[in-house]
Amino acid sequence: MTTQKRPALRVAVVGAGPAGLYAVGQLLDQVDVDVDVDVLERLPTPHGLVRAGVAPDHPLKKRVIDNMFEFYLDHPRVRFFGNVELGDRVVPADLALWYDAVIYAVGASDDRKLGIPGEDLVGSYAAREFVAWYNGHPDFSDRQFDLSSERAVIVGTGNVALDVARILTCDLEVLRQTEIADYALDTLSRSKIKEVLILARRSHMQGAFNNPELEELGESSTVAVELRNATLTPEQQCLEQQLDWIDRRKVATLKKLQQRQLENPEKRIVFQFLTSPERILGDERVAGVSLQSNRLVGDSPDTLAIEGTGETTEVATGLVFRSIGYRGNALADLPFYDSTGTIPNALGRVLQHNEILPGVYVTGWIKRGPSGVIGSNKKCARETTSCLLEDLAAGRLKGDVLSPVAVEAELRQRCKALVTQSDWHRIDSAERLAGTAQSRPRVKFTDRASLLLAAGVPE
Amino acid sequence: MPYVITSPCVADYSCLEICPVDCISPNPDDDAFDHAEQLYIDPDRCIDCAACVDACPVNAIYKQELLPPRWTHYAEVNRDYFRNAEKRIAVVQETSL
Repeated sequence: MTTQKRPALRVAVVGAGPAGLYAVGQLLDQVDVDVDVDVLERLPTPHGLVRAGVAPDHPLKKRVIDNMFEFYLDHPRVRFFGNVELGDRVVPADLALWYDAVIYAVGASDDRKLGIPGEDLVGSYAAREFVAWYNGHPDFSDRQFDLSSERAVIVGTGNVALDVARILTCDLEVLRQTEIADYALDTLSRSKIKEVLILARRSHMQGAFNNPELEELGESSTVAVELRNATLTPEQQCLEQQLDWIDRRKVATLKKLQQRQLENPEKRIVFQFLTSPERILGDERVAGVSLQSNRLVGDSPDTLAIEGTGETTEVATGLVFRSIGYRGNALADLPFYDSTGTIPNALGRVLQHNEILPGVYVTGWIKRGPSGVIGSNKKCARETTSCLLEDLAAGRLKGDVLSPVAVEAELRQRCKALVTQSDWHRIDSAERLAGTAQSRPRVKFTDRASLLLAAGVPE
Repeated sequence: MPYVITSPCVADYSCLEICPVDCISPNPDDDAFDHAEQLYIDPDRCIDCAACVDACPVNAIYKQELLPPRWTHYAEVNRDYFRNAEKRIAVVQETSL
């Protein structure tokens, strides 16, 4: 292997989701130093959770792809290499040899578990899996979700929980105009679900959802919203006034949602606050959930806590989604904190045994944990790339790299069916073309074989 | 009429970086940014230059009178954010004087 000195800084970004692509953007913005970036992605397609996480009925948020992320990927200093999975043919040690610096932006591909009996029964899933499925993620497109139960239960109140509740109750005519996977439309068209029960461990003043997602539930004329356990004791009533502005808005929105008078609602979304699932019931399949009631204690918004009342009830359901947070996975031989599901780091510099690993960085969810909105990753990437550039200025990056041509040759030799940016453009165009015929933004290819076929890349 | 940021906002702060009068909050350098659902335009300081409109990667910014019906209340949401942040801004201005 020959190495040569390159005038431009050579950086690999692993993961083509918002975290990685914002890091690319920050590097391209540098005026004092030229940066060449290779973006490596395990899927044949870029854009991570904007493509496979953001709900299909939120096309506006997906505009960040065309307006920003594609601009970065099309930049002459940037190359996209999709269908490259780290861990077997290409390992972090290879990247360390090939590049001046490597930024891992691999996200959080697992989820937090409830840790209650029955969680592994058929019919109990992570909301994450359902989201990836309806969004046509190739690793989830062969899943089956049985929507024959009249009630679905979602544990957790974050935006993902609201997305799942909205998709499960959404008017099919609305979904037909989106890029939702065709098989998901088919399954949803046979759904018997009339009620989505959202379980919140804490009170209505502590919902994890954001205001926009909550407000959106009020835009449906066919889905009623019901609140349970959202009344306070006379002593606690002043609490609502003491909340900060964002939480006060959420409480006001919840009340507005409940007060709406719909003529003949076809479905309903029920928020049941102060309720924890304690067991998922059923022999092989989910048949119900055993619930424990909680009460709210504390006399200011900062000290609010819950305690179990000991009172239990049961609710019948065939479908339970846990939606209590994503979780990062360990990647190859990189250091990993199991307790937080993140790669240990200081401002984005990866730490091994509390020592900085030179030239190795993280950004996004694998750095800070799964929180925030799309743009949170821009601030996160700014911090990481600042460290990288500081290290460059201080002479802490090694300087010996493989040429861009040699890197591509290595990748092509090790990975079959490498997908470049122009290959991805072919997938993108084909999806959009298919969408035009149906008045949809795109019709997604949902398995690797058809993605690679559309890319024109022989498997 | 000022410009207004609506709910598709993904808090990508490109608008804030380009705003010539610094009327968009919260700033990514503030802790408040880490808990922000979106960014907001101060209607009392906005000079209607529209620079933010083109910078927004999700086209979430509208001139107030052109807000789509589903988001007309965001004019009030944007204004309200600064009413609630007023105290904090006053403190910051005092210290910077």
